Amino acid sequence: MATKKASVSVLLATRKGAFLFHGDAARKRWSLDGPHFLGHVIHHLVLDPRDGRTLVAAAKTGHLGPTVFRSTNRGRSWKEAKIPPAFPKAKKGEPLRSVNHTFWLTPGHPSESGVWYAGTSPHGLFRSEDGGDTWEPVSGLNDDPQYRTWMGGAQDGTPDGPKLHSIIVDPRDAHHLYLGMSSGGVHESRDRGRSWRPLVKGLDVVSGFDPKNIAFHDPHCVRICPSAPERLYQQNHCGIYRIDRPGDTWQRIGKRMPKQVGDIGFPLVVHPRDADVVWVLPMDGTSVWPRTSPGGKPAVYVTRNGGKTWQRQTQGLPSERAWWTVKRQAMAADHAAPVGIYFGTTSGELWQSRDEGARFGLVARNLPEIYSVETGAFR
Amino acid sequence: MKVGIPSPLVSYTRQSQVEASGATLAEVLVDLDRKFPGIRFRVVDEQDALRPHMRFFVNGEQVFSLEHALSPRDEVVLVQALSGG
Repeated sequence: MATKKASVSVLLATRKGAFLFHGDAARKRWSLDGPHFLGHVIHHLVLDPRDGRTLVAAAKTGHLGPTVFRSTNRGRSWKEAKIPPAFPKAKKGEPLRSVNHTFWLTPGHPSESGVWYAGTSPHGLFRSEDGGDTWEPVSGLNDDPQYRTWMGGAQDGTPDGPKLHSIIVDPRDAHHLYLGMSSGGVHESRDRGRSWRPLVKGLDVVSGFDPKNIAFHDPHCVRICPSAPERLYQQNHCGIYRIDRPGDTWQRIGKRMPKQVGDIGFPLVVHPRDADVVWVLPMDGTSVWPRTSPGGKPAVYVTRNGGKTWQRQTQGLPSERAWWTVKRQAMAADHAAPVGIYFGTTSGELWQSRDEGARFGLVARNLPEIYSVETGAFR
Repeated sequence: MKVGIPSPLVSYTRQSQVEASGATLAEVLVDLDRKFPGIRFRVVDEQDALRPHMRFFVNGEQVFSLEHALSPRDEVVLVQALSGG
């Protein structure tokens, strides 16, 4: 395979700050820029692919309220959002909702310069039209009575609170959005967020719960295929799935994973140019859900045929006693050829493959717990 | 009046004690936000509730209500109780 040289930067959001790794053309040498916001909890750090220079970071500290920072000069300086994501002031008798942290950031459609979406904990969807400086609640989701029921309360989400994540803008249509809620299901809007409908048919829920109750659905990570946007993949609390639109039923493609590993995990990465190629990083979802590498032996699994078969990829990874976890937004691909795969661990290690997972190498260690990994190309 | 600022918020004020005015703590927070944009939302949430671990002391006494009345000679200290790892 011919190697296409590309300038790649890897953006890390961690429990103690943000780190930028700038790669050389071969993606062999990395220069570290950071920490930025040392001591702040950074849940997501994203480079706007539309201009190649705007960075948006979702931040809070252990005790201060949540906010958003922006940079337009590769992180040399940051400016705080004038109006960070926040719920409207409750009217008398209404439940009091306040954003604990912004968890997810998604740049808008290429035709909508300056538009960003944010997902928060507890569940809330927010939109900015000025590059992340001011944010407005998306009332069509946040205030819909049925959705309020499915969103539940603070006790219904992950141990760190409910997460609205995986906000996806269809590259063919700025009005067509998807999102995931943990817990609360996968949902779709065809009118830029004014109205939503669930997209959960075919998904399993934890044994004993009723899959017809949307609140019980727990998507961990949903991705759209850039090369074939009618196809989405999902790593769910209960398996790995694929859907081909306009179909409305998810197929559990994780059943073909080895039984001793299973198909539970957090992250999922799609190939930028081949919709049949997907990477996952399974975790232990047995007994009390340790959420570590199964058996302490981390492995990436790849399918090259849309989920019919899976291959284990472990070369370069620890062969034993590696009890870390990779969180749902902490695995990413670049756009080079061959594709680079990156993931960050809860133990503060950044791993890289330059050859689509055939071999992995350690880029950095001793970082804080890694919450998200994104790639981007600065211009 | 003088308002003491905890170190996690000095990135906004650049000093650990600033001048602010207001007849209540809520009004002082509004005045602080006018002078140091963004600081208020780090201290109180969108429902006007003081965030966990943020505490106000007025003349050395802990005060829990943001509607607490103030006089110009009061000394206000905002404290952040650090915890966790």
